[in-house]
Amino acid sequence: MMFDYNVILDSLPLYFGGVLVTLKILLIALAFGLALAVPLALMRVSRSPWVNAPAWLYTYVIRGTPMLVQLFLIYYGLAQFEAVRESVLWPYLSNATFCACLAFAINTSAYSAEILAGSLKATPPGEIEAARAMGMSRATLYRRILLPSALRRALPQYSNEVIMMLHTTSLASIVTLIDITGAARTVNAQYYLPFEAFLTAGAFYLMLTFILVRLFKYAERRWLAYLAPRRG
Amino acid sequence: MYKLEVQDLHKRYGANEVLKGVSLAAKAGDVISLIGSSGSGKSTFLRCINLLEQPHSGQILLNGEALKLVPTKDGALKAAEPKQLQRMRSRLAMVFQHFNLWSHMSALENVMEAPVHVLGMSKAEARDKAEHYLGKVGVAHRKDAYPAHMSGGEQQRVAIARALAMEPEVMLFDEPTSALDPELVGEVLRVMQDLAQEGRTMLVVTHEMGFAREVSNQLVFLHKGVVEERGNPREVLANPQSERLQQFLAGSLK
Repeated sequence: MMFDYNVILDSLPLYFGGVLVTLKILLIALAFGLALAVPLALMRVSRSPWVNAPAWLYTYVIRGTPMLVQLFLIYYGLAQFEAVRESVLWPYLSNATFCACLAFAINTSAYSAEILAGSLKATPPGEIEAARAMGMSRATLYRRILLPSALRRALPQYSNEVIMMLHTTSLASIVTLIDITGAARTVNAQYYLPFEAFLTAGAFYLMLTFILVRLFKYAERRWLAYLAPRRG
Repeated sequence: MYKLEVQDLHKRYGANEVLKGVSLAAKAGDVISLIGSSGSGKSTFLRCINLLEQPHSGQILLNGEALKLVPTKDGALKAAEPKQLQRMRSRLAMVFQHFNLWSHMSALENVMEAPVHVLGMSKAEARDKAEHYLGKVGVAHRKDAYPAHMSGGEQQRVAIARALAMEPEVMLFDEPTSALDPELVGEVLRVMQDLAQEGRTMLVVTHEMGFAREVSNQLVFLHKGVVEERGNPREVLANPQSERLQQFLAGSLK
């Protein structure tokens, strides 16, 4: 068996386009997912069952069902209803990119919320007590002490979530998007060279993963310096 | 006129009454040492003053202003107006046994935090103040260090600077040297002695009998939730009247 380099070289522009699509979906999903995760996490640490339970149910359902099922439900499932097809949202909900971003954002929001909630619960009680003893209001306590320290402590786990999300975005290729996996499927369909096509896709994912890991290393060095061993 | 007055404070955990009517009054410049064995209720008493613990009855007055309290469902008291509680807390700075510095902030940021975000001070002014107080407690050179990278003595001095930066009416110290290595206790006690000499009003829960004798002008001995004995520390320590205090001192001075 020979590895067909020429096919891959010819297809590189397709893959590069795929990288852009993958990154676009990933960044949009992460941005909206995290924005949604913060209030969800705050709800998850609430002592009031009326606040906590809805967030618990949300993360339980989202984390308890496969990503692909969620994507199918949003992309194919919603289209079944006439009310949806006639609503003002239809131009968006009939768009594969929008549906993929929406499904991924919902998915990552649930996982990120649980990561962040765990991190919030791990705040040393003494630090909360000190803030209260200084006369901080609840809002200030959350804004200045709880969230900044919880977000920092969540970084290592969150980096894991981001890498998982990068790999999850490959599902977008199933709803017709030409991301990295979509590019590989196109190449495979044209030349029937699955090994070359998907190996190249794998190499691109590896490269992106490597970059993400480096970025999070820098972020941890910047924001988690206080947990690192003393230097100098 | 008292700076701080606490009247007939009661506190219980379930059926266990840990404070059975403790009163205390501090004039400006008073340094009051609270001593007692563990379980005597001295830390609980201190923590009730700024409502970190909820008392079940009693009154707390700062500069003659009573903290408005209302009962909760389980019978404890909570602040009727959160705003009033926050304002009073900001004037009753507290120093904790385990320092409780905010670990994600540098020493300087720890000291600047409450002046900026509680008192609404400008950042520039808070920075000047923070550097001043860090210098005063002798840790100016550590201002960019994170708490985890400092010794216990340094952390506690930063915590004292953090309390000082609020320019409080009364300072509450909850066993400030109990978590320190013996050779680090001195540096913190010296800082506290300087503060006492400046005429700051301080309430100190402590096991340091030397500090209680030399620095404070009032001594309160708590036993099982009641004040067994109180008075001038030199007299009380030299000549304890109650049997409890005699036993306590015999144990602690061994």
